[in-house]
Amino acid sequence: MSEPRTLLAIDKVSKNFGRVTAVDGISLDIRENEFFALLGPSGCGKTTLLRMLAGFETPNDGRILLDGRDIAKIPPNKRPVNLMFQSYALFPHMSVRANVSYGLEMERLPAPEIRSRVDAILATTELAPFADRKPEQLSGGQKQRVALARALVKRPRLLLLDEPLGALDKKLRGAMQLELKRLQHEVGITFVIVTHDQEESLVMADRMAVLKDGKLLQCDTPHAIYEHPADRFVADFIGVMNFVPGKAATDGVVAANGARISGKVPATLSPGASAVASVRPERIRLFPEAQTVNRTTGTVEALAYQGLDLQLHVRTPLSPKPFLVRVTADAADRRPVLSGDRVELGWDAADVRIFAE
Amino acid sequence: MKYAPSRSSLLMAPALAWLAALMVVPCALVLALAFFRRGIYGGIEYTFTLENFGLVFDPLYAGIFLNSARIAGTATLVAVVIGYAAAYAIAAAPRRWQPVFLFFAVLPFWSNYLIRTYAWIVLLNREGLITQLLRWFGYTGEPPSMLYTEGAVIAGLVYNYLPFVILACYAPLSRLNPELAEASRDLGASAATTFRRVILPLTVPGIAAGAVFVFVLSIGNFVTPALLGGGRFQMIGNLVYDQFLTANDWPFGAALAMALIAIMLLVLMAQALAANRASGHASQAGGDTDG
Repeated sequence: MSEPRTLLAIDKVSKNFGRVTAVDGISLDIRENEFFALLGPSGCGKTTLLRMLAGFETPNDGRILLDGRDIAKIPPNKRPVNLMFQSYALFPHMSVRANVSYGLEMERLPAPEIRSRVDAILATTELAPFADRKPEQLSGGQKQRVALARALVKRPRLLLLDEPLGALDKKLRGAMQLELKRLQHEVGITFVIVTHDQEESLVMADRMAVLKDGKLLQCDTPHAIYEHPADRFVADFIGVMNFVPGKAATDGVVAANGARISGKVPATLSPGASAVASVRPERIRLFPEAQTVNRTTGTVEALAYQGLDLQLHVRTPLSPKPFLVRVTADAADRRPVLSGDRVELGWDAADVRIFAE
Repeated sequence: MKYAPSRSSLLMAPALAWLAALMVVPCALVLALAFFRRGIYGGIEYTFTLENFGLVFDPLYAGIFLNSARIAGTATLVAVVIGYAAAYAIAAAPRRWQPVFLFFAVLPFWSNYLIRTYAWIVLLNREGLITQLLRWFGYTGEPPSMLYTEGAVIAGLVYNYLPFVILACYAPLSRLNPELAEASRDLGASAATTFRRVILPLTVPGIAAGAVFVFVLSIGNFVTPALLGGGRFQMIGNLVYDQFLTANDWPFGAALAMALIAIMLLVLMAQALAANRASGHASQAGGDTDG
């Protein structure tokens, strides 16, 4: 594979509204043809960043380079970037076809070309039967596809999507996640999606950036972020994590009850400092082998059956919160566990991540 | 739910009685009056005739109707342009300031219509405030004649009915999702195109409501043309007033009044039909969403 080309370079961009700093010196590279997610809790600055990419906000500081050209001060109607709004913002007085044609009419393209391009995108998004309907005559999923078609028909260099699935119900959301990925692949356009839903970005994104309080915490592939979170916040925000608070030692963390959790200690953490050891629920084994280094015993407080697997809440002396343990349905069948049972838990040192508290 | 209809008609009864006693009955009386003859020494002669309605179409009086429509139309146009701009500015202001601006927009309503119109005489008078202001700036020529012109009548009408337009246009403008304008810009439209193709079409109902209000109130107005037009630019309202109180020709006055009411009803019905069709589309559309 050749070296991926950088399409958009966000270079030390800051934005403040009065005294509030919404985006604080963020630098990011977004590559050609990738599906990139900006992820963070509400108020983390992801929407402000997206609006700067679309041209609705101007950064106070820093540069936004698209194909090497600084677009930070170019108005929204003059940049090859389109935004799909969270509210969809479909024009209520126009039909689906008129909504989708609007952007091409603004480019003053000849009518036959507009027609054929609109027909093509309506076919791709399976909207052809609804071309003459008004937005209010469409379901939520159909509206979402019109918003997408309206942006895609412009063939932007970059398509921005603000919480594109936020207004859909859960089942439809799952289907649309895959649909969006398929469409992105088909049209070959770089997608930047803003979401607060970590699961959504894990499923869809090629790479993702985790933001908090206007700062970039980590930018990497979903797999790398899930397995090697940059800090405690990211570890907690992405997926489910069990934390054992304690003090850093040379080869792990000593919990409040004196138990030692073995794992690789980051170089920045000096022995004796407050630290947390963490482990993902699916890395914990029930009834571990004798040589497993990290182990504890606890009482099963609750069981949650989730089809594919079984989630156990196990009260242990290691942490104030119960441990979450995921057991495959298969393993649970072989050795059934009931609420109130005493169980032994174990996990490998390689699966432990240690962070400053 | 079963006796909801009877209960709601019970609640409506006082309003209906009020309208019937003070609106429908007098109108019917005036209508009846129009079919009688004028007595030789004033008063009414109770013989049936259609003459009064024939006289309404006499070029002299038809001309006054047209003149009234022209003045009311001009006032409507000016009020809509100024009022829409003001409503747009208010809707674009920070949320917490909007009620304050709206309060100031309707503040003139708190004083009497007649007093407000007299105030314009003070302004436009040959030695009025505007002339004094011009003098203060060094103007030495003839004082401009502003009072008792058609312009003064239009200015008075616009001033008096502007708050209606502001309120009528503010409602749809403030409800407009600001992301619609952003979406238009995002898709490549300039600010002007965005206004023409997105904002204006979506706020037309407010403009129509405000315009109909100004037009209907202006075409029948007689106080403003009497005070600011000086009787030289007679509008239908003045003519009706004259027939009843000066010429003592009640039947003809009644016929003129009926013609005026007919025009107003036509305008109101046209607007109601248009609005109904717009919302009818919407409800019909809502019905087959599941299809």
